[in-house]
Amino acid sequence: MEEMTGMIPQLLIDGLTLGFVYAIVALGYTMVYGILEFINFAHSEIFMVGAFAGTEVLLFMQSAGYLEKIPAPLALLIAIIIAMVFSGALGVFIERVAYKPVRSAPKLVAFISAIGVSFFLQDAVRLVEGLWKNAFYLSTPTLFTTSINITNTLKMPVKVIYIMIIAIIIMVSLNLFVNKHRLGKAMRAVAQDRDTASLMAINVNSIISLTFLIGAGLGGAAGTLFSVQYALIHPYVGFIIGMKAFTAAVFGGIGSIPGAMLGGILLGLLEVFGAGFLGILTNGVLGAEYKDVFAFAILIIILIFKPSGLLGKTVREKV
Amino acid sequence: MENISKLFHEYIKREIIQLGIIFLSPILLYVFNGNGIAFILFLLSLFLLHQSNKLNTKIKAIIAIVDLIVIIPLVGFANSYYLDVITQIGIYAILAIGLNVVVGFTGLLNLGYVGFYAVGAYTYAIFATSQANNFISPAILKFPISGNWFWLFLIIGMVVSGFVGFLLGLPVLRLRGDYLAIVTLGFAEIIRIVLNNLDKPINFTNGPKGITPVQPPAFFGIVLNQTIHYYFIVLVLLGLTIIAANRLNNSRVGRAWTAIREDELAARTMGIPIVKMKLLAFSIGAAFAGMMGVLFAAKQSFIDPSSFGFMESIGILAMVIMGGMGNISGVIIGALAVVVLQLHILKEFSNFLRQLTVAGIINIPSQLDPAKYERLVFGLILVLMCIFRPQGFLPAKRTMEYIKKHVKKLKKTENKKDVFVE
Amino acid sequence: MMKMKKISLIVLVALIMLSVVGCAGATKAADTGTNGEETNIIKVASVTPLSGSQAAVGESIKNGAQLALEERVAEFKELGFELQFAPQDDQADPKIGVAVAQKLIMDNDLLAVVGHWNSGVAIPSSEVYAKGNLVMVSPANTANDVTDRGLENVNRICARDDAQGPAGADYLYNELNAKTVFILQDKTTYGQGVADEFKKQFENIGGEVLGYEGITPGESDFSAVLEKIRVSKAEAVYFGGIYPEGSLVLKQLKEKEIEVKFIGPDGMDSGEVIKIAGEAAIGMFYTSLAADISGTPEGKVFVENYTKMFNKAPEAYSSYGYDAMNVTLNGIVAAIKEKGGEKPTREGIVAAVRATNGFKGLATNVTFNQIGDNTEANIYVLSFEEAKYPASVAKEISAKSYLK
Repeated sequence: MEEMTGMIPQLLIDGLTLGFVYAIVALGYTMVYGILEFINFAHSEIFMVGAFAGTEVLLFMQSAGYLEKIPAPLALLIAIIIAMVFSGALGVFIERVAYKPVRSAPKLVAFISAIGVSFFLQDAVRLVEGLWKNAFYLSTPTLFTTSINITNTLKMPVKVIYIMIIAIIIMVSLNLFVNKHRLGKAMRAVAQDRDTASLMAINVNSIISLTFLIGAGLGGAAGTLFSVQYALIHPYVGFIIGMKAFTAAVFGGIGSIPGAMLGGILLGLLEVFGAGFLGILTNGVLGAEYKDVFAFAILIIILIFKPSGLLGKTVREKV
Repeated sequence: MENISKLFHEYIKREIIQLGIIFLSPILLYVFNGNGIAFILFLLSLFLLHQSNKLNTKIKAIIAIVDLIVIIPLVGFANSYYLDVITQIGIYAILAIGLNVVVGFTGLLNLGYVGFYAVGAYTYAIFATSQANNFISPAILKFPISGNWFWLFLIIGMVVSGFVGFLLGLPVLRLRGDYLAIVTLGFAEIIRIVLNNLDKPINFTNGPKGITPVQPPAFFGIVLNQTIHYYFIVLVLLGLTIIAANRLNNSRVGRAWTAIREDELAARTMGIPIVKMKLLAFSIGAAFAGMMGVLFAAKQSFIDPSSFGFMESIGILAMVIMGGMGNISGVIIGALAVVVLQLHILKEFSNFLRQLTVAGIINIPSQLDPAKYERLVFGLILVLMCIFRPQGFLPAKRTMEYIKKHVKKLKKTENKKDVFVE
Repeated sequence: MMKMKKISLIVLVALIMLSVVGCAGATKAADTGTNGEETNIIKVASVTPLSGSQAAVGESIKNGAQLALEERVAEFKELGFELQFAPQDDQADPKIGVAVAQKLIMDNDLLAVVGHWNSGVAIPSSEVYAKGNLVMVSPANTANDVTDRGLENVNRICARDDAQGPAGADYLYNELNAKTVFILQDKTTYGQGVADEFKKQFENIGGEVLGYEGITPGESDFSAVLEKIRVSKAEAVYFGGIYPEGSLVLKQLKEKEIEVKFIGPDGMDSGEVIKIAGEAAIGMFYTSLAADISGTPEGKVFVENYTKMFNKAPEAYSSYGYDAMNVTLNGIVAAIKEKGGEKPTREGIVAAVRATNGFKGLATNVTFNQIGDNTEANIYVLSFEEAKYPASVAKEISAKSYLK
């Protein structure tokens, strides 16, 4: 029992860090879903491309010697912004090429198209990195090495603090944008009823592009934060994160922006606490390897009792 | 040029080219066994045979039987690789038909289909190796059981998987659309992780190390472990599956499924028991997967949880959607296309490029070795398919969309007739 | 709409052309073999994952094998044969592996296989090779079941799980003086296989296993299990798995300032460990078949040639691939001599490879026993003294003492 309580504060920090990364990726899923009712399966690959873009920027700054000259937070910020622009543009491009032509077809067709894009991107990044660097496992330069001692045993690495701050800034500004800004309002209108919105002089196509731009940009930012935190990326890194983030989006109520944030953070905490405590609670029968089972089982239970997710609105069927 | 293309169209219209392929390609394949083009042409001929309007059903049936029972085995004796590819197509065709019951007929998005496949595979593998002695004392029953039990296990696999499907469906089928998708996805992951970890406290599944050697099927003591045996087993199972799926689709139940897919609310008001019908579709789909799992375990003689990942579910789903959701023939063609693409065409193509490199005709640096980019091309083809043929190779006929289009066409022809009359 | 149709027609035609051209090319190559005429072509395949998430290591094996083969093309020419390399991709998927195997056994010119990477792929595929009497020399499959099934055509040059795991356990207990250990493993055939054997031996010689946890390969966050290591107060961690996760564990242990000894199997033998874990790798131990190959003159030549050919430095498994290919080619040469200079049969090669005795390789010496295990494999315990690959040898153990 004592060993359990001793672990709690540290696990809380670890779970929150993981949860924030999930949350930002989940935002991309939830925004696209909210507006098109379509699971953008390729979002995990946009995340991966963002991670590569961010890492390449940092690697470039390292090789050019800038990394030592400018403060680390600034370097991180530059990497994030470039990664956001890059993956945002990629997201819009994918939408135009692969999703727009199938918008009128059944939803599943778009889903398969997204899977195709996802396969394509994975090996395309491998191809490009293979040609360029002759290796496709990249390790991100270390930006922050220090950590703050909260208590004697409890430590909080500085990079975790930055990651949390950036994640919170992103989420708050996104929320403000969607709720207050004219374009955000247009987005919500399109999400509610595409036809009526177009009658209200909203350019539906450009709003959809904007959604992809923002969603994919967030994916890029998450990718960079991820690569700074865990320092190892490869073209297949998006898959697990993507699946978890999607779960998180559904957990919180897909289509709901605060829901995705809540879902992501909860999922991160669940996973970390599951891995930490399952073994102790079940006396060694179920170990850390069951943490995903634990997370999915909780998801299923929640959906059974609240089918629209934690913060999702119950949609009344149109008759 | 114009003339040639006109002639070509004319021949296509009168099915001269098609008939040529249908009759010639089996002969070609037999003469040039081991020839990749003849193989592709032969597969194409099966499709054209199905589509032909010129031939009546009896002749079609005779050609199909000759193709499947004479030509393919003959070719298989000379080159077992093609037989294996065709067997794989058959296995995936059955899986795709099973998933089609859920996704195509009933409109439920199931992303965890492979979970049921795994349940079937482990059901057989545990008892067809000494694995079962870990929890059943050898004094009571000595394992592995003999391959004669395989046939019974096909049914046990169906029942067990169907029951698991029923258990999962019971709470989750109230969920709609994409929520159902994520729950089924999660469920398949749960199954895979549990299988991967059930080597302790009691060793049920041997964990990641997998179970081997699984007993091959036997028929009254005669061991059936050659590719040709599996081919015929798959052929029989495929036939049964097609009949079953067809009869289901055209029954009261099938019409209820269609109604649920097209408009759940309307279906409910018509008095269709939604949950019951959905559960039925879910369990039947799962049962097909369970049956194939048993066969897969026997054929591979080794199974481990890594064969039952998420990508496998996606692959089967791609077959259903590319082939044409809700259309049984379409789904079989989808399976054919995806398997041939993955196992045959892409591999042959990269081998070909390598041959050119070896011969010094082109120079491909080792980073660009074509063998590495098979998935990239596969992804590209998926996207192109979705853009240019979103309804699949053979679209289902009993959908709102199809009927609406059809009505328009009917009207058009009527108008033309009017013109003629005048 | 019309335009769409036209485009789709063009794409369709292009795809058909692609397939036809592809098949025609491959058929042309296969024709010479399958028509039953004798040709003087000898093909050797490597089957490893070349796409998907395990492609990096699969490629390094393929490259090693390719280098070995190309170095000996001239030798085969003198014998009157044209030696060709046929790399294949099994995508780390048992189903694809079996299909590739089916294809390989149908090619009459194809006489041997070097592969695979995953034991889970090697086991079902080797059953197919056995049907076609095709010899398989594995550079990397450590699972006991690979050779324990007693197939005549299956050999491996690497150490079994039940040699490497116990060797690590003995070293940790006796030399590093760690009496308590926490075992992490990646829940794969390889990771769990070697970790289980480690556990058995460590408990046998009196050590105490304080925890045994699985992680998910492909994940990046291991903080929760690392916290468990902290509270367990174990003196050492044994990691059963390969370097991408292993290096992250090392890095995160350091970040969390958990002071433990770290030991792993040969999956940790990679230059990437340094790239990913950096300073955190200093002082970690791993067991491996290969010592620092760049120390020997042959090794230097190998590194040089490899770098020239593939424009990157070799990985540990490249030298395994190189040795496996050389063992295979030696077997083929022996079989050619057996037949008096004629093209050998697959059966002849199966026998000749199994008879390999006293082969001096780059990474390991090879002598196969009656089930195809390498009795001469040495196990090295290596350690990073500075953040530089390759690591330095801490101890050399003969694997024979662990072979039953």
